[in-house]
Amino acid sequence: MEFEIKPQNKFSLGIKELWDYRELFYFFTWRDVKVKYKQTVFGFLWAILQPVFMTLVFTLFLGDSISQKTSMQIPYPVFALSGMLLWGIFSGGMSNAANSMVTNANIIKKIYFPRLIIPISSILVALVDFVIALLVFVVVLFFYKVEINYINLLWLPVSVFITCISAMGMGTLLAALNIKFRDVRYIIPFLVQGLLFLTPVLFPTTISNNLIVKFVLKINPMSGALELMRGIFNGYEINFETVALSLISSLILFIIGIIYFRKTESYFADLA
Amino acid sequence: MKPILEIQNVSKKFRINHEQQPYLSLRDSITNIFKSKNSMEDFWALKDVSFNVEQGDTIGVIGKNGAGKSTLLKILSKITPPSSGKIIGRGRIASLLEVGTGFHPELSGRENILMNGSILGMRRFEILKNFDAIVDFAGVEKFIDTPLKHYSSGMQLRLAFAVAAFLENEILIIDEVLAVGDAEFQKKCMGKMEDVSKSGRTILFVSHNMPAVKSLCTKGVVLQKGTVSYSGPISESINQYLTTDNYEDKNLELIEKRRGNKKVIFSKFNVTTESNSLSNNILTGDTIELHFTLKISDATVSNIDVGFSLHDIYDEMITCNYSSYQNQVFKIDGDNYMKVRFKIYDFPFLQSKIFVKGRIVVDNEESDWPQENIGSLSVEQGDFYGTGRFEEMKIPYLLKGDWKS
Repeated sequence: MEFEIKPQNKFSLGIKELWDYRELFYFFTWRDVKVKYKQTVFGFLWAILQPVFMTLVFTLFLGDSISQKTSMQIPYPVFALSGMLLWGIFSGGMSNAANSMVTNANIIKKIYFPRLIIPISSILVALVDFVIALLVFVVVLFFYKVEINYINLLWLPVSVFITCISAMGMGTLLAALNIKFRDVRYIIPFLVQGLLFLTPVLFPTTISNNLIVKFVLKINPMSGALELMRGIFNGYEINFETVALSLISSLILFIIGIIYFRKTESYFADLA
Repeated sequence: MKPILEIQNVSKKFRINHEQQPYLSLRDSITNIFKSKNSMEDFWALKDVSFNVEQGDTIGVIGKNGAGKSTLLKILSKITPPSSGKIIGRGRIASLLEVGTGFHPELSGRENILMNGSILGMRRFEILKNFDAIVDFAGVEKFIDTPLKHYSSGMQLRLAFAVAAFLENEILIIDEVLAVGDAEFQKKCMGKMEDVSKSGRTILFVSHNMPAVKSLCTKGVVLQKGTVSYSGPISESINQYLTTDNYEDKNLELIEKRRGNKKVIFSKFNVTTESNSLSNNILTGDTIELHFTLKISDATVSNIDVGFSLHDIYDEMITCNYSSYQNQVFKIDGDNYMKVRFKIYDFPFLQSKIFVKGRIVVDNEESDWPQENIGSLSVEQGDFYGTGRFEEMKIPYLLKGDWKS
């Protein structure tokens, strides 16, 4: 087995290397999931409590006005919770990924492995939370007696896929920037909050007639993911134009993030 | 057979920024656009380093702090890329720049073994295969399911080394990992490393512990200010390292802050080792000579009492000696300069850096007392007892004596 160590060679995604180190994905994800809920009273319940609490707040204060204004077919809490769950993957995954390189700096400085494993594992951690919270979601669906479109259920993996690659693109980009500029750490919370209102998580896209808002909602990669997620409610028409646009924009985000990350990663150990 | 590692003209450049924090902030980099680039300076941590490593070699990489050892190991471990040059490797490299990389205090011993092993590049089945042996080597059977945060630091360290000891890679890169832990465990580790090297695997080993390097390695590479100053058999490498030094020949007459009437002042200070070479790089157990060259400005003086003191890096005095303590004073012989020597048998101090201060008393009056160090000694642990054994301990000095019953 021969190899070469040279100054930054030409760009590659390093897929083969990621495959060689595939066990590390599992170990990093497993470690983070495990550590996340250690010494907490509620443990895994936190994965559920966060989106449920947010849904509760919105239902109490804005639920009625939003569902009247947009003549919503499904109960607002179900609508909002479905959004919050998917948003949880994006916001949690993205912000963890963005901080992951800095929090794991001591490992990066001491040992080599494909750096991409760290931010990707952060997103897998968020995915684990999502799967747990999904169980509660099923209970909520039964409670509100919402009918399910079982054929559209097949779109759910695509929805999760779009969410994951968007989070990955944004997360890896911010992670690489964070190593260089620690300002990123402070920007992330604002970014997550701001993006929540530029994404149809707690309200449908029809809420505003403002052209700029409409445009942002349209190119937002999460719009399509949410569209597919809500397709599981019987009677909800999936707007496939939105989905296609989101797929494209999420792929663009993903490519930008990964390329920037790969181009700068060899110097992470010097900067961290 | 081709060498297992070919290191060809490897250089590594760092840009050091003189003014700022270790990391950039966005504001700084925006303001930097408008500033001149004068505050940036290139620093070559490694320059044109080339050598080959043959399969089965155990190579000691030695050099002073800042000579580039760690940078070289980081490049070999792929943690940081070289600025130019290349390395061709023919085998799986495992690097141990730190023991216990990736250990997490909240995870149990068992979980940490899996995590750490995996980060070091072991496959899951490899870890599971050696699991019992690892636990046994570390001696933590009872606590294997206890979170690591409840382990003593010694236990954590043993666990960490145990995982690394079972790496099966062809090339092992080890940085100073033996500098920690108690003596018994260190012996166990050294034993393990000797087994590893006997099994035909290749080891690159960095340490300041010369007896350890000498007993483990067959070849040596001496780094000095980022370049290879010598490579060859280990004993010759150690000698080269100890003699080719950043030896400073300071003109002490130029020191401005000094007390006394300056009738006789220090002009030069240097150290020689037994082989008579000039070097302030010494080993514990060496017999060395301190040479003081004095400048005499007043020919009427008669009794010159020369004294010196040794200080550790915190400027604490660790010993002090005047020639008058041994009823010895010196007379001038007409020259403007005179030399005074002090021989130290079996140098006992273990501090890695020792500073020398001096004071001269002439006819019971203070003549010269420079207010700064007149020289320094760099000390490495040597074969103090003449037994070939080394016990690494955090103690300030060693005693030579006889055990009898």
